[in-house]
Amino acid sequence: MKSPSPAIPFDRGGAARFMPWLVALMVFLAALSLAAVMTLQHALEFWDASLAGTLTVELPPVPAPAPAPPSNAKVKTSPNKNPVSNDGGLAAALALLRATPGISGAEPLGRDAVARLIAPFLGNALSPEDLDLPRLIDVRLSTGAPPDLAALQAKLAAVAPGAVIDDHRLWLDRLVLFARSVQITALVILALIGTVAVLTVMFVTRTGLLVHREAIELLHLMGARDGYIAHQFEREALRLGLAGGAAGLLLSGLALLALGHAAGASAFLGDAVTLVPALHLKGWNWLALAGLPLAAGLVAGLTARLTVLATLLRLP
Amino acid sequence: MSSFAAMVRFENVGMRYGRGPEVLRDISLSLEPGSFHFLTGPSGAGKTTLLRLIYLAERPSRGLISLFGKDLSGLARRELTPLRRRIGIVFQDFRLIPHLSAFDNVALPLRVAGTPESKLRGNVRELLEWVGLADKLEANPPTLSGGEQQRIAIARAVIASPSLLIADEPTGNVDDAMALRLLHLFEQMNKLGTTLVIATHNAVLAARSGRPVLHLENGELMRGPVSARQTPRPPSAKADQTKGHAGQNKEPAVS
Repeated sequence: MKSPSPAIPFDRGGAARFMPWLVALMVFLAALSLAAVMTLQHALEFWDASLAGTLTVELPPVPAPAPAPPSNAKVKTSPNKNPVSNDGGLAAALALLRATPGISGAEPLGRDAVARLIAPFLGNALSPEDLDLPRLIDVRLSTGAPPDLAALQAKLAAVAPGAVIDDHRLWLDRLVLFARSVQITALVILALIGTVAVLTVMFVTRTGLLVHREAIELLHLMGARDGYIAHQFEREALRLGLAGGAAGLLLSGLALLALGHAAGASAFLGDAVTLVPALHLKGWNWLALAGLPLAAGLVAGLTARLTVLATLLRLP
Repeated sequence: MSSFAAMVRFENVGMRYGRGPEVLRDISLSLEPGSFHFLTGPSGAGKTTLLRLIYLAERPSRGLISLFGKDLSGLARRELTPLRRRIGIVFQDFRLIPHLSAFDNVALPLRVAGTPESKLRGNVRELLEWVGLADKLEANPPTLSGGEQQRIAIARAVIASPSLLIADEPTGNVDDAMALRLLHLFEQMNKLGTTLVIATHNAVLAARSGRPVLHLENGELMRGPVSARQTPRPPSAKADQTKGHAGQNKEPAVS
């Protein structure tokens, strides 16, 4: 047995026709904003996990004494042409670091690793030998009892003049600040989209109340409770919200996959050092995105219900 | 007749829309349960407004209205809903819902009241058969004639067995034979205890029924003709100011 048709002819309401499209657009934008928030959260966790508990010690190149030029020759020698091996300082610094309590390991970065680090910026034409590059030591800290960095800096300077400890905090703090700003902006956009969605549904519902006022008054005079009439609008708004939301989710899913592909293509440094956060969404992230059409439907239904109930109070 | 027992009671009721002039002035009347009245008067006299006040579509600008023995001014808005379910209405313009079938239109008051589908089907079919529309159950109103639409409107008004039936020109679009048949239906309902108020231009129908008449002129209720059996007074004649005559022959107490 088929269920009875709704008493209010919603298919004849003008503004309601556009509601699924508007909801689809809003869910699309909301999904992108939410994906940005979640992706940045993963990036922050990745940066924090990668850099927390590590230090980098930089040993600046020390110019070696240039060989005495022939007395008659006027050959201009560039310091770059005399790369310096800082192995003396490196060995001393390594010995100091490994002997320091609170440090679980210290490994120098080989020249090949340094070359890979600078390749994206300077290309492969230059080798580290052509440049006065500092030697880098990757230091891993013991958990729970970090060393006194100021004291360590002083000791390092004694055995390896010019050595600098970089605990990554400065640029990590800036990166986190930037990422948090983007996240807050995305959340504000999300809230604005929600507000616009509510206002849109209110507008569509009020238009519907106006278009169907005769049918509504008829139901009211027959003894329909406000909740009965509101339920009809609520059910219709829920249906339109879910339909529009599903379309918006589909569009946003395609857009996110395309963006993920683009982000993957830009990860030229490999996952370990890429600055562009890869668009990796976990399972629950996709669930959260899939919940957007449901949220859109529920918001639309609830808004329609409350709008109708408020308007019906004007009837005697 | 005690005022407590009155089905409909108006005391000095006035009605104006917005800041416009009063369309009803100082209406006082009392209708007994089980009574049957015609409401007559020229166009613009306020018949529809009076009916709208009775079927709770409007609140009066002044005065008191009691329905089913309850003073409406003392009732909260939600308390009016059960009263509305005891009133059947036949609108002058039918007010059928065009996208619903004849069956669904007639079933609507029962569905609104929460009657299960299994219980309403038989009643709706039976009533539509009675008004001669057994073969039009699934037809939508725009495909039906004016008379057929009117019969659906009447069937919808009586399907929930209302205690009070209000009809605004219910015979306006039907031929004399059908008008008499509808009048017979109203008589049957009245015999079963339903109180009826029927607004009509059809003086012949009112006369044929022999029922008391409420007559409106320029927003005021006139005493004459109170019954088609009596000689009408001139329209300018005001109603008798003395109360207490209403119980005789179930004529309305008009003041």
